[in-house]
Amino acid sequence: MNIVVVGLSHKTAPVEIREKVTFPADKMAGYLSDLTCRKGVSEGVILSTCNRVEVVAIVSHIQEGIEEIKGFIAQSNGISRDILDNHLYSHTSEEGIKHVFRVASSLDSMVVGEPQILGQMKDAYQYALEHNVTGIILNKFFRKAFSVAKRVRTETNIASSAVSISYAAVELAKKIFGDLSDKRVLLIGAGEMCELAAKHFVNSGIKEILVTNRTHSRAEKLAADFGGKALLFENIELDLDEVDIILSSTGSPVHIISVAQVKKALKKRRNSPMFFIDIAVPRDIDPEINNLDNAYLYDIDNLQGVVQSNMKEREKEAAAAEEIIAGEIGQFHKWLRTLDITPTIVSLREKLEGIRRQEIDKLLANLEDLSDKQKKVIESATNAMINKVLHMPISNLKKMADTAEGDLHIDSARKLFDLD
Amino acid sequence: MSHTLFRLTTTLYLLGTISYVVYLFFPKKWAYRTASVSLLAGFILHTGSFTSRISKVGFPPVTNLHDALSFMAWAVIGIYLLILLKYKIRVIGAFIAPLAFLLMFSAYSLPKDIAPLVVPYLKAFWLPVHIILVVIGNGFFAVAFAVAIMYLIQENQLKSKKIGKMYYSLPSLDILDNINHKALSYGFPLLTLGVVSGAIVSEQMRGGMLKGGMSELWTIMVWILYAVLLHGRIYSGWRGRKASRVSIAAFIILLVTFVGINITVGEGFRFH
Repeated sequence: MNIVVVGLSHKTAPVEIREKVTFPADKMAGYLSDLTCRKGVSEGVILSTCNRVEVVAIVSHIQEGIEEIKGFIAQSNGISRDILDNHLYSHTSEEGIKHVFRVASSLDSMVVGEPQILGQMKDAYQYALEHNVTGIILNKFFRKAFSVAKRVRTETNIASSAVSISYAAVELAKKIFGDLSDKRVLLIGAGEMCELAAKHFVNSGIKEILVTNRTHSRAEKLAADFGGKALLFENIELDLDEVDIILSSTGSPVHIISVAQVKKALKKRRNSPMFFIDIAVPRDIDPEINNLDNAYLYDIDNLQGVVQSNMKEREKEAAAAEEIIAGEIGQFHKWLRTLDITPTIVSLREKLEGIRRQEIDKLLANLEDLSDKQKKVIESATNAMINKVLHMPISNLKKMADTAEGDLHIDSARKLFDLD
Repeated sequence: MSHTLFRLTTTLYLLGTISYVVYLFFPKKWAYRTASVSLLAGFILHTGSFTSRISKVGFPPVTNLHDALSFMAWAVIGIYLLILLKYKIRVIGAFIAPLAFLLMFSAYSLPKDIAPLVVPYLKAFWLPVHIILVVIGNGFFAVAFAVAIMYLIQENQLKSKKIGKMYYSLPSLDILDNINHKALSYGFPLLTLGVVSGAIVSEQMRGGMLKGGMSELWTIMVWILYAVLLHGRIYSGWRGRKASRVSIAAFIILLVTFVGINITVGEGFRFH
C-alpha cells in the first residue's frame, strides 16, 4: 500500500493550464468512482481549488499508480498528456505525506498561511468519505493532516498577521483601538484599495461608515454599497471629531486634512485616538499629523512596510511549521509501514502454527494414554517455542520494513518462508 | 522555614520572569504555561511564607524593609493574577513578573529579624491596616506602571512604523490605557486611606510626626502626583503617552519614598 499524490499548483502551472484542469464539486461523485475503479487504486481524494488540483490516492504499485492517475486527470479534463505532464508533479511515500501536510498547513499556498486551503481540503475529504472511496489509510491520513494543520496554526504565528495592504490597515486599527465595534470610519474619495480597506473595516464590525466625495452622488452610491451614510465634502472638518478612522484616497494635489483641523478635532474628542490611512499619491493628509499625540497616520509606503514585516514574520514562522511537519511525517510513515508488514507477520504466525498443530496431532495419536495435564504441558511448551523462534525475526522485520528497502525485505521474508 | 519559602518564592518569580520574557518574543504555549504556573505557585508559597511569619510573631511582620518589599511583591503578583482573570492579557506578566522578582531580590539580602513593637499590640491596630492599604495600593500603581511601559513601547512602534517582535505580542493601546486608568483609580483611594492611617499610626506611636519631615514631604508629593494624574485623566482628557509617562515617573518616586520611609521607620522601631 503506497500513498501517492499527483497534481499541479500555482507553482508548476500557469493560470491558462489551471483553468483547464478542474474537478467541479457537482460532478465529484462521478470523478471519484472513476478514479477508484482504475487498476491498483484502492482509495482516493480529489482536491480542486483555483490554485491547485491534487489527487491523493492509495495504490498497490507506485509507478503504475502514478501513470493511472495522470491518465485519469488528463482524460477527465480532455487535455493531452504531452501538455499536462509538463505541469504535473507526483510525490510518493514520505514525500507524499509531507506534501499533503504542507498543503493542509498552508505552507504551499500562494499566500503562505492563508486559511481557506484547510477548509477546501476538509470538503474534498468529506466528499470522498461520503462516497465511500476512502479506507483505513486515507481516513487516518487526512485526519492526521488536519490535526497537523491545527498544530501549525496554534503553535506558530503563521497566519496571525495581514499580508495585504488593505487588511494591514484593519489590523493596525485593532492595535490602536482594540475593539472596533464602537468605532466610526470616514471614507474620503474612492479607489480600489480604499474601498477594499473600507470593506474589510465594515466586515470587522465597525459601528458606522461615513462616505464623502467631491461628487456627492458618488458618495451616496458608495455609502449605499457599504450600508453607511454619505457626508458632504465641505463638511469634513465639521464632522472630523466624530470619526475614529479616516481612510483617504482622492486625486487632490493638496492636503485635504491639515494639522490644525486634527488638533481641533482631538481636543473636542478629549484626545480619544484617531487613525488616518492615506492611500492617495500625492498624499491627502498632512504627514505632520503623525507627530500629534494620539493621532496615527499611515501612508501607502508605511502600510507596505507593515506588510513586509508581516511577511518576514510569516516566513520565520513557516520554518517552525516545517519542523512540526517533519516530526509528524515520521510517525505517520511508521504506521503506514506497519500496515504493510502486518499481513506478513500474520501469515508467518499462521504458517508456524499450522506446522505445530500438525506435529502435535501426530504426537497425540502416537501417545494415547497422556493425561489432560500432560497434554496441556506439551501445548504450552510448543507454543513457547514458536513464540521464541518468531520473536527476533518479527521485531527485525518491523525495523527493516521501516527503511527505504522495506518492500524488498518484506518480499524476501515472504519468499524465505514461502508465504505466497 | 519561612526563609526557605522566601527563597523558593524568589526562584519561582525568577522562573516566571524568564519564561514570560521568552513568551513576549516567542508567543509559545509552553512559555506561557511555565510562566503562569511558576507565578501561581510562587504566589501560594509567598502567602504561606507570610502566614508562617505572622504565626511566629503574632502580628503582620511589616516592621522592616525586607518584609515591606516582599509584601509589595506579593501584592503586585496578586493583583496581576486578578487582572489576568478579567482581561486575559497574559503578556502583562512579562512586565509585572520582573518587577516582583526585583522587589524580592532587593529584599533578599536585607535583615529579616522582626523588631519588637515599642507600643502595646492593642494600640498598634492601625499599623497593619496602614501597611495593608499602602502595599495593596502600591500593587495597583505597580500594575499601572507596567502597562504604561507597555503602552510606550507599543505606541513608539505604531508611531515610528518600525514593527518589531513585540508589536505582535503586545495588546492594543486602548486596552493598555484602560488598564492604566483602572489601576490608578483603585490605587489612589487606597493610597489616600493609607496616608491617613499612616498619620494615625505616627500620632499613636510617637505622639507626633515621624522623625525627619522628609518622609511626609515625599509622601505628600507622591499623593499629589497621583492626584494630578487621576484628575488629568478624568477631567482634562489626559491619556496615552502623557498619562503613561506620568504614571511611570510617579511610580519611581513612590518606590524611592516607600524604601526611604521603611528605612526611617525601621530605625525608629529599633532605636526609639
